[in-house]
Amino acid sequence: MRTEAAAPEVEPPYLHPDYRATVLRAPGERLVRLPEDWFHRSAGPAFGRIPVQATDADLTKQHRGEPLGERIIVSGRVLDSDGRPVRATLVEVWQANAAGRYVDPVDQHPAPLDPNFTGAGRCLTDARGEFRFVTVKPGAYPWRNHENAWRPAHMHFSVFGSQLDSRLVTQMYFPGDPLIALDPIVRSVGERGRDLLVARFDLGTTRPEWALGYRWDIVLRGRAATPPEAAVAR
Amino acid sequence: MTDRRAPTPSQTVGPFFGFALPFAGDADAGVGAVVRIEGQVFDGASATVPDAILEMWHGDVFVRCATDASGRYRVTLPKPPAMPGPDGRTQAPHLEVSVFSRGLLRHLATRIYFPDEEDANAADPMLALVDPARRTTLVARRDGAGLRFDIRLQGAAETVFFAL
Repeated sequence: MRTEAAAPEVEPPYLHPDYRATVLRAPGERLVRLPEDWFHRSAGPAFGRIPVQATDADLTKQHRGEPLGERIIVSGRVLDSDGRPVRATLVEVWQANAAGRYVDPVDQHPAPLDPNFTGAGRCLTDARGEFRFVTVKPGAYPWRNHENAWRPAHMHFSVFGSQLDSRLVTQMYFPGDPLIALDPIVRSVGERGRDLLVARFDLGTTRPEWALGYRWDIVLRGRAATPPEAAVAR
Repeated sequence: MTDRRAPTPSQTVGPFFGFALPFAGDADAGVGAVVRIEGQVFDGASATVPDAILEMWHGDVFVRCATDASGRYRVTLPKPPAMPGPDGRTQAPHLEVSVFSRGLLRHLATRIYFPDEEDANAADPMLALVDPARRTTLVARRDGAGLRFDIRLQGAAETVFFAL
């Protein structure tokens, strides 16, 4: 049995009163800890029914015209906690438009909708665990959590992986954004973990005369699925 | 010496996922003999949670369902079979459940067990690890032709959640 160097614990707590909505929604009872091998390593949800078209990864081509805003390419790798690529797993993204407004009818922020932008995309990681989305940079928006509260620009990410404990829903932020340091949702994460949520600007994936590139790697809990042959051998 | 990497921290699904995460037929899986499960999600003040999204699965079966304005969800899927646990003991039929919502910085993990499986539930190695007084929060109730399973995030009769 191999010894594992413990990865630093960077997960946010359930209760983080600076983010007001946690106060009545965080469980009050202690969570029940189940044996690692019985539970965390059991299979996660099979996402195969969720439709993914090749065109879903380009959020700028879902309508007749092009959306307004700064065109960007967001790419990265999905890795397991040993740094191995997680292949063929589903990545879902959603975001506000360049003005900081979501298409979602729940969003009542008086910023303009963009008829050429929905802000939702999906793709499967490739053999190297890579994902790639073309979109526009989302705008910041106010959210009434406290006086003069603004969310930093962010993209929501949902990633499956193969195990029960690899499922991840998170948010990616943009480098240099002064709102990051003020945001209670970012600050729910231990200081060492906050940088893990911020993409880096990348000239290498920036396409000349067309779009800025950002890179962001996502590390899932647990290990990528054992190849089927080995599983059967058991 | 080690290339163990810190996992990317979780962040809330937020309130604005309704245009992105639902997909056609997401709450209904399988044909033929399916079981209907419905319920509501409540917060610590017993208010309904209209901005949660649930995922439930067993084997290759997967459903996803956002709650409506009254915190209600409804799914149909084939009932899971009893399945072997990792140590050879049999686990009672159950669904794995993930709960996402605004105000949850990490999702919550729970399970749904079935009320017509009393013997199997009594022998289930996972349920045995749960405080007997709280086990009933993991067992769906009969409700007409289907089942009801409410999720209480906090407070009296809080649902049992498992550490991820």
